[in-house]
Amino acid sequence: MTDQSYNFAYLDEQTKRMIRRAILKGLAVPGYQVPFASREMPMPYGWGTGGVQVSAAVLTPDDTFKVIDQGADDTTNAVSIRKFFEKTASVATTTHTGEADVIQTRHRIPEEPLTEDQILVYQVPIPEPLRFLEPRETETRKMHALEEYGLMHVRLYEDIARHGHIATAYAYPVRVEGRYVMDPSPIPKFDNPKLESPAIQLFGAGREQRIYALPPYSKVVSLDFEDHPFDPSKAPHPCALCGADDSYLDEIITDDRGGRMFVCSDTDYCTARRDAGHLGEQAQ
Amino acid sequence: MKDLSQEVATGPLLSVRGLTKRYGNHIGCGDVSFDLWPGEVMGIVGESGSGKTTLLRSMAGHLTPDEGQVIFATRAHGACDTVTMSEPERRMLGRTDWAFVHQHARDGLRMGVSAGGNVGERLMAVGARHYGDIRGQAADWLERVEIAASRIDDRPTTFSGGMQQRLQIARNLVTGPRLVFMDEPTGGLDVSVQARLLDLLRGLVRDMGLSAVIVTHDLAVVRLLADRLMVMKDGHVVEAGLTDQVLDDPQHAYSQLLVSSVLQV
Repeated sequence: MTDQSYNFAYLDEQTKRMIRRAILKGLAVPGYQVPFASREMPMPYGWGTGGVQVSAAVLTPDDTFKVIDQGADDTTNAVSIRKFFEKTASVATTTHTGEADVIQTRHRIPEEPLTEDQILVYQVPIPEPLRFLEPRETETRKMHALEEYGLMHVRLYEDIARHGHIATAYAYPVRVEGRYVMDPSPIPKFDNPKLESPAIQLFGAGREQRIYALPPYSKVVSLDFEDHPFDPSKAPHPCALCGADDSYLDEIITDDRGGRMFVCSDTDYCTARRDAGHLGEQAQ
Repeated sequence: MKDLSQEVATGPLLSVRGLTKRYGNHIGCGDVSFDLWPGEVMGIVGESGSGKTTLLRSMAGHLTPDEGQVIFATRAHGACDTVTMSEPERRMLGRTDWAFVHQHARDGLRMGVSAGGNVGERLMAVGARHYGDIRGQAADWLERVEIAASRIDDRPTTFSGGMQQRLQIARNLVTGPRLVFMDEPTGGLDVSVQARLLDLLRGLVRDMGLSAVIVTHDLAVVRLLADRLMVMKDGHVVEAGLTDQVLDDPQHAYSQLLVSSVLQV
């Protein structure tokens, strides 16, 4: 049941219009960070206030909503945001990627390929890819405007100089449509190739008050060096539960004697595979 | 029609015309004009607050001058006024044909990035995307400024003041600029380190055929490096000429004071 004391999806209509304008502008200029008047949400910063506002602006009463946190549907962040929209928008919710119209995600892209009918909403902690190299906002804006992205490669250079390879494993910088360099939020670099997607991808950063977007089928190139090409690596194991060897894995420590298992981080993908009869080594 | 490329080859590299920068009613530097020819080193001396650094920063595009022109002979388009050129063009010039050596190495270096990364930054900024090549050039340049190649992955925070200054010079010269602006490059260094740095600079200027504008209050530095000299006081150039001529036979009262103020050891 909808709590009638809330407007549909919590935010008032004027706020949603403002956010939709920012989203449209973001879609028109792929990868460009559009400032927006982020609202206080009934959850702390860092819990997805940006993503929640974007979801609230794009949800319609007929939509089916899915929330994932690090790939899982059943962790605190995912459960609380799902409950939030169940209560304030009374939209249908699901854990199945294929059935969802809007998917809000933290740190992962679902394994199951998305379709043109879907919207993927990311929660972004720090939208500025140049932030840790250049602390001045005025300067980073200028660098984006003038396409001065040499500094991004300095970061990758430092990685190779220190570790022998590009050690950046998440929030791996990408260049969108040959123009803006974008932080794809802290998704593992394994997911970077999936950024070229038929779905609309929206990125919301609540504390930093920025929205940016990738229209369907945008060209997204992960930055690299000619002699150190981009490598979307993952743990070299199959999933211990469903046996999948093409999915991103979480490492789980099982005891204090070095025991560990690798399982799909995407719980929906793993469950669907097990239901279809695929079993890994440790499946009961 | 005049052949511009000919003019570039034979004309001055940098022509400053009537450059003025005001801070409110106060004049930072007023009505400065001079020509700098390829391969020439110009020294600017004067006491603190005489407008040397303001002049340098106005020429290098760090400050926007209120009046005047800074005409630079660019490789692509011949003589261009860098004051009125668009910001992307000016910043591009700042990464390629121009270099700026700050007085404090910390202002010109990225302290959180390794020495190799510092030298490689300008290369990557102009499109180098081959790690091996960038690293090779960085190592080569560290050697040229007498920093051991084994320190390529160390951060500048672990370097001494003299090494930091040499690293800053390497970082600036790696893209083969034609014009270097230097703001008190030897300031804050002890005399023996200063001497080595000057030696190094003299070698680099000669080998690369660099043109340079050096701001300093140290007359020994200009005696060693500069071909020509401008003496500034209260924002205005009071005397200009060949270095030896100005230092040995100063005409203006202030130049005479300046020259006679140097302690003889």
